[in-house]
Amino acid sequence: MAETLRYRDDEPVDHPAVTVDSFLDQSNASAVRIEPGDDARALVPHLERLALIEVNFPAFGDGRGYSSARILREAGYEGELRAVGDVLVDQLAYMRRCGFDAFEPDKQFDRDDVTAALERWPGVYQQAADDRTPIWSKRHA
Amino acid sequence: MRLLTGNDLKTGAVTWWTGSDWSIHVEDAVDVTGSEDEIARSEEAARRVNVPYAVDAELHEGSPRPSHIKERVRAIGPTVRPDLTLKPADPEIGNWVI
Amino acid sequence: MYEYDQYDQAMVDARVEEFRDQARRRLEGKLTEDQFKPLRLMNGLYLQLHAYMLRVAVPYGTLDSRQMHALADIADKYDRGYGHFTTRQNIQYNWIKLEDAADILADLAKVEMHAIQTSGNCIRNISSDHFAGAAADELVDPRPYAELLRQWSSFHPEFSYLPRKFKIAVIASETDRAAMRLHDIGINIVTNEAGELGAAFYVGGGMGRTPMIAPCINPFVPLDRLVTYAEACLRVYNRYGRRDNKYKARIKILVHELGAEEYTRQVEEEFVHLLDQGVEPPLAELERIKGYFEDPAFDTGANARIDRSDPDFAVWVDRNTVEHKEPGYVSAVISLKPVGGIPGDATAEQMRLMADLAKDYSFDELRVMHTQNIVLPHVRKADLHALWAALDEAGLGSPNLDTVEDIIACPGLDYCSLANARSIPIAQRIAERFAANGKTGTLGELKLKISGCINACGHHHAGHIGILGVDRKGVENYQLLLGGSEAEDVSLAKITGPGFDENGIVDAVETVTTVYENERQDGERFVDTYRRIGMNPFKEALYG
Repeated sequence: MAETLRYRDDEPVDHPAVTVDSFLDQSNASAVRIEPGDDARALVPHLERLALIEVNFPAFGDGRGYSSARILREAGYEGELRAVGDVLVDQLAYMRRCGFDAFEPDKQFDRDDVTAALERWPGVYQQAADDRTPIWSKRHA
Repeated sequence: MRLLTGNDLKTGAVTWWTGSDWSIHVEDAVDVTGSEDEIARSEEAARRVNVPYAVDAELHEGSPRPSHIKERVRAIGPTVRPDLTLKPADPEIGNWVI
Repeated sequence: MYEYDQYDQAMVDARVEEFRDQARRRLEGKLTEDQFKPLRLMNGLYLQLHAYMLRVAVPYGTLDSRQMHALADIADKYDRGYGHFTTRQNIQYNWIKLEDAADILADLAKVEMHAIQTSGNCIRNISSDHFAGAAADELVDPRPYAELLRQWSSFHPEFSYLPRKFKIAVIASETDRAAMRLHDIGINIVTNEAGELGAAFYVGGGMGRTPMIAPCINPFVPLDRLVTYAEACLRVYNRYGRRDNKYKARIKILVHELGAEEYTRQVEEEFVHLLDQGVEPPLAELERIKGYFEDPAFDTGANARIDRSDPDFAVWVDRNTVEHKEPGYVSAVISLKPVGGIPGDATAEQMRLMADLAKDYSFDELRVMHTQNIVLPHVRKADLHALWAALDEAGLGSPNLDTVEDIIACPGLDYCSLANARSIPIAQRIAERFAANGKTGTLGELKLKISGCINACGHHHAGHIGILGVDRKGVENYQLLLGGSEAEDVSLAKITGPGFDENGIVDAVETVTTVYENERQDGERFVDTYRRIGMNPFKEALYG
């Protein structure tokens, strides 16, 4: 297991994440794991109880988790949003833009590659879940 | 017979396993029956070839000729641009491909 | 036409360096082919039958002479002296080396071009009407809307790992010259009863193995909601599009399985939610973009009469020029379909000539047509003869627009690793047959489209006559289809029956045109006759 890359200052949640179904059934858990087929909107009524939402990427090419992340941030979720699984360094920039602030990849990232990936883009063309100002907004500031 | 083929990682050129190396000429290819997976694995790991796979072939006038038309087009070049094929001066090459 | 500002240029430059780094990591073994493949595809780099292939974006088909010169230089410097114009208004090169790819992207960036998202499971290059800004019948120039969407879709963080590729076309006239309803999203800029401009959204069209005509899911999206609505359409697709089977992963399958009504309901729900998220650029941004698409300085007093005393010239004028909104001008089509040639191919020298002619005669503008020809959009009628003479001398003067010789053909088995049969030789033999029997002209408008596999890059479903190459036990075989159209009379072609071999398919095409000649009534095109008399007379003639 590779180390977790976090872009937050708070303490990480120290207990394992439960599935969406078991979270909705019971529970006092404050950490939940979303699978690609889960509907992130089901968590929206319970966001204040959650400190960690993991979004699993069993295969890097399955992009449903990007929408899940943005939906959660748009709903006001401010806890940790962690991408886990088959997450590649070339996906980091887009994932950060969708609201992920932690990464637990199956295979450890190269530190220099992470830095390059996150510092790459001088601008962004869209409003997304991060705090970057879109190019169109800068043009008409 | 079975031939092992792939593309050169850097140039993309179609290549064929000769028993010790890779050649762009299908007539250099050797039968890999039984060892195709092993060679493919080690050669790809060494990045001497990209996405190798084995294809069926028959001997034709002493040289291997892939059984499927797609592999024959791959081996020689586009039938509509003989000037860009590996055998631009061979008037019979079209018949070998098709 | 659109010009990059510092922001656009910085983004494209960053992309070049990103790809340079990715290619380096692949060559060093830090990336596996499985990991690298989606990254190279999102930069237009395929591994094809003979080498890497690079597809360069020509946004909405518009380019200037400097860019066309750069494309020619790339063909000479990195490829084998030619390029292939595609059915999505792009250009591709067939003999590219991975180790050169980043340098090519850098050369492109110098002329405000790129290969961003010309492949991969992301939003592809946005196509449009090749006569945009020139057509006599357009409501407005559709390209500013396409450019707005191009920027929105470029490097989109949420929609770069979609279930499948995603193609958008934008038009703004009743006449559809962009196969709008055969796209994942087709947008038609329209007016409402109050006379305001808006966008009609057609979602879930496409060709491929399951062709579908897109239903209209919203007849009028206000212009200040355009990006938000597109975002809603994509989000519903990204969440629910099938990931278990790549052949069922396009949005057309989702729309079909959910039903257009339910899909629309979900889009509207998402749209309402997204309206609060601030994703829409201000209208001032659309206005800024529109500023780049203002009319060139037309000579409004230009003579509207053409001297037709040269008969060869007159034939070309009749066939290859199209009415322009300014009476003293036409749009002139440069055919890349010489009889016996490769549809859509152009040599570097031909590209340079077309570029220079655009500079001299068309306000420095060229367009790539989805039918794989080139347009000089704004040519003064008084300049037409000089233009034609230059084209004719270079072998670019074929007077065959929209005729049976103007065949769309995918690269097929000569170049493409997905193909099952060759397309180009079939196109060559058919054009030669009709050039020899002299019927090209008398058959009138006849759209013939050939694909070398079921993925339908050659638009065979949308041909008045379509041909689909298949692999029958290792032998090329060709199925014949009739009655398709990608225009405003959109329809999907139907298969006639058992397939033919290479010679047989050429004969079969001649046979169905003979049926048409015998049956046609005044003014009917091939497809009109087919629609009136149905498949049976054609079947009988083919299979007796």
